[in-house]
Amino acid sequence: MISWANFVSQLFNGLALGALLALISSGLTIIYGALGVLNLAHGAMFMLGGYAGYVAYSYTGSFVVAVITGALFLFIVGVVLERVVIRHFYKRPPEDQLLVTFGLAICFVETVRFFFESLSKTVPPPKIFAGITNLGFMFYPTYRLAVVGIVAVALLALFLMLYKTRLGLIVRAGIEDSVMVDSLGLNVDRVFMVVFGIGAMAAGFAGIVNAPVVSLAPDMGEAILVQTFVVVVIGGVGSFPGAILGGLIAGEIISLTSMVNPGYSYVMLFAAMTLVLVLRPHGLLGVRGRE
Amino acid sequence: MSGRLPSAAPDPGTQNASSPAPVRTPARRGPTWRFKAEILTAIGLVAAPFVLPLLGAAPDTVNRILVWGLFGIGFDILFGYTGLLSFGQSALYGTGGMVAAYLLTRAGFPHVVTALLIGMIVATAVGYLVGLIALRRTGIYFAMITVAIAEVFYFAEFNPLSAWTGGENGLPGVPTPSFNLGFTTFKFHTGWSLYPFMAFWYFIGIVIALRIVRSPVGAVLRAIRENPLRAAAVGHSIHGYKLAAFVIAAAYAGFAGGLLGVMQGFMPPDAFMFDTSGQLVIQTAIGGIGTLFGPLLGAAVWLFLQDFLQATLKLGATWKLVLGLIFVLLVCFLRNGIIGGVRDLVAYLRHRATGEVEAEAAPAFSDEAFDEDKPAAAKHTVATHAARSRAREFKGPILKATALTKRYGGIVANEDIDFSVDAGELRGIIGPNGAGKSTFFKMLTCEVAPTSGRIEFEGRDITGMDVTEVCQLGLTKSYQVNQLFNKLTVRENITIAALADLRGPFKLDMLRTVSRIPGLEEQVQHTLELVNLVGRRDAPVSQLAYGEKRRLEVGLALASSPTLLLLDEPLAGMSPQERVETVKLLKSIRQGRTMIVIDHDMDALFELAERITVLQEGRVLVEGTPDEIKGNAKVQEAYLGGVHEAIAP
Repeated sequence: MISWANFVSQLFNGLALGALLALISSGLTIIYGALGVLNLAHGAMFMLGGYAGYVAYSYTGSFVVAVITGALFLFIVGVVLERVVIRHFYKRPPEDQLLVTFGLAICFVETVRFFFESLSKTVPPPKIFAGITNLGFMFYPTYRLAVVGIVAVALLALFLMLYKTRLGLIVRAGIEDSVMVDSLGLNVDRVFMVVFGIGAMAAGFAGIVNAPVVSLAPDMGEAILVQTFVVVVIGGVGSFPGAILGGLIAGEIISLTSMVNPGYSYVMLFAAMTLVLVLRPHGLLGVRGRE
Repeated sequence: MSGRLPSAAPDPGTQNASSPAPVRTPARRGPTWRFKAEILTAIGLVAAPFVLPLLGAAPDTVNRILVWGLFGIGFDILFGYTGLLSFGQSALYGTGGMVAAYLLTRAGFPHVVTALLIGMIVATAVGYLVGLIALRRTGIYFAMITVAIAEVFYFAEFNPLSAWTGGENGLPGVPTPSFNLGFTTFKFHTGWSLYPFMAFWYFIGIVIALRIVRSPVGAVLRAIRENPLRAAAVGHSIHGYKLAAFVIAAAYAGFAGGLLGVMQGFMPPDAFMFDTSGQLVIQTAIGGIGTLFGPLLGAAVWLFLQDFLQATLKLGATWKLVLGLIFVLLVCFLRNGIIGGVRDLVAYLRHRATGEVEAEAAPAFSDEAFDEDKPAAAKHTVATHAARSRAREFKGPILKATALTKRYGGIVANEDIDFSVDAGELRGIIGPNGAGKSTFFKMLTCEVAPTSGRIEFEGRDITGMDVTEVCQLGLTKSYQVNQLFNKLTVRENITIAALADLRGPFKLDMLRTVSRIPGLEEQVQHTLELVNLVGRRDAPVSQLAYGEKRRLEVGLALASSPTLLLLDEPLAGMSPQERVETVKLLKSIRQGRTMIVIDHDMDALFELAERITVLQEGRVLVEGTPDEIKGNAKVQEAYLGGVHEAIAP
């Protein structure tokens, strides 16, 4: 039977998952908004972040180093990828961008499978967040609470980057009207590179932060990618607040439905997405225009 | 246009044995030639079991290639022809397969083919519903939504529906077909003995697909891929056609899914996995999109490489990494896949061989042809379409705009415009840059909705209609910036516009050949003559000179037989010589219709138009005959105002 404590604990789980989804989706939506590229390798980047962190952790034993490595590694992967591959696809049809990022996702997953095989790997949570916290009315894993805090800090950093820096100004302007930004004589080229790097970094950071909660597997990104899509559709493409709102909604839907019957969690998620599509085709906080 | 489908290349099996083409000399150029792709496919399918074993292909692999090939035909119609990239085809493949397998195993249904057909029908119905949701958005949204929907199906199969689908175990024990003919019973088992059954369905699938592709529906689907905006603007209800493409793809997926169960004797749950959709996308892209045979070729490459890398090179699980890399390289450098690459190469070699001859032949059209065509043009004008006679009947103001206003946020593009044009009139609109001329046109053709005000066309209120409906009523526009179907030829471009006129906004005549439509040939030819592109009819748009593209732009609008034609800067960017020709063209097409022309070339407009409306800062400044406008102080002020002040001491 569903108990009160069970319900609240699922609510917390939903919050943690929702925060992660919000962070990953922000990365996806910033890349799409500014560059016009839907990155199908985003789920694989999430996975890659987890594994990069795992490697760093197994050498140093430090969780902080693992998180930094996971995030930085993905920033570098993002920048290199943008320079070598993605850059050549801005002027090509959107279908080609989907195909190439899909192919890259396969390459990432299979490379990791080659080095680490399909066996799942785990990263333990850092000592200060280990164990269980007594919240008075129930006990809850400390690290999951910490995830919400860590991700909130990351989202805040992303927010400051987007709304308080010159780079963010250009990115937001690009989301509003990319043609106009192109014609303003800004060095969009470099901005694009950095944006792709930051978007990838958001996914990688989420990947390693999530690593102590679930075990790592090469194909773990696929489910995340699908959930991220739903988040973006619900929140509205190109909208940073939309990604956060959509992430929290999706996280809670998955969590609370799982409490009743895990088999229906995707069905409910999909129902929510359909409802949004019917009532607000551009997403809850999406803007018309950029599509 | 009939025989001119994007040359369907033979399947890989055919390539081994196709050289002795059917030599029935007398009929060869006739109907036999038209069915080249079908005949080569049939020969290839018959030859495959004799040829492929020599190359070391296992029968199960060949059957599997056929299943993927059939699955991919539908997907290619959706992606290659219509431009809709779905990553969710696994949902429909799995649905068709599970329904058929369930009927044949747990429900104890005896007849295999009927079960396959029922599976297909269910998948088609599901595809219709999924399409309704997914097609609410386009582009990447569409891709994302299809992924999400497919994932739901995957989970539904595993959990809520596992009582019917067997969950992670799938449905074992799917029987192979047998046909009792009374005196004897045909039984298909596994391997090569099942092959004829698979090959038969692949053949049926390709024959139907080739018909669809050559039908008017196929032409419209290609138009949607090339330029959805213009496809809608020439009068096609593109949402209906996209949904049709989605449903067709669902039908193919459903049937192929059923065949998968029959082939394996087991319906695997992983048919529902994202990997299935992904593999289909990759195979199609490897083989070549928009070819119908690409998925078959791609599947052959995929399965062969898988065997080769795994068994021969002992790469184990790494084969998928190699394939992933190959795929990425292919997308980067060989956009149209193997078939597309071969086709480009052939075209390149042929071009090198015959380049000089073509170069001489090209400029064979001239002004002369233009003048000669005139009598023919006049004759056709009467015959082609009923819309023209409607125009003649209509008297008085054919178009009336009242208090039309458009605001974008705080910016007022048009304010309180009252505008009226009489039937048969040729009206010019001038105004400095930013006067709101193009916005005004967009409102008249219902591309953008006015903030307030009312538009009447032929006495009917059209405010709030969409651009397709308005075009069907006989009001259309040629665009300021060319909106053409770039990869299609001139004739195909015109055909697409004429089809909307002759067939209405939506019609599923999928099994009819384009050339069989009464009046189409004449209407296309007539339009080509009007815009003087007869000599270039088979050139793809990308090979046209700017002036020719501009004429084609007008031709697209003309081919939908408008009673009221709006032209947004038809002379923009033209050389003096081209301007003269185009003015001549405009004069020749005004017969029997009303026209409104925006342009900055005042001399041309003063020569053409009976009356001129001057817009300035979103409002009507003055309206009058060319002479009145020339002498009007306000107009001079509007155009030269700033300069006067600057010059004045």
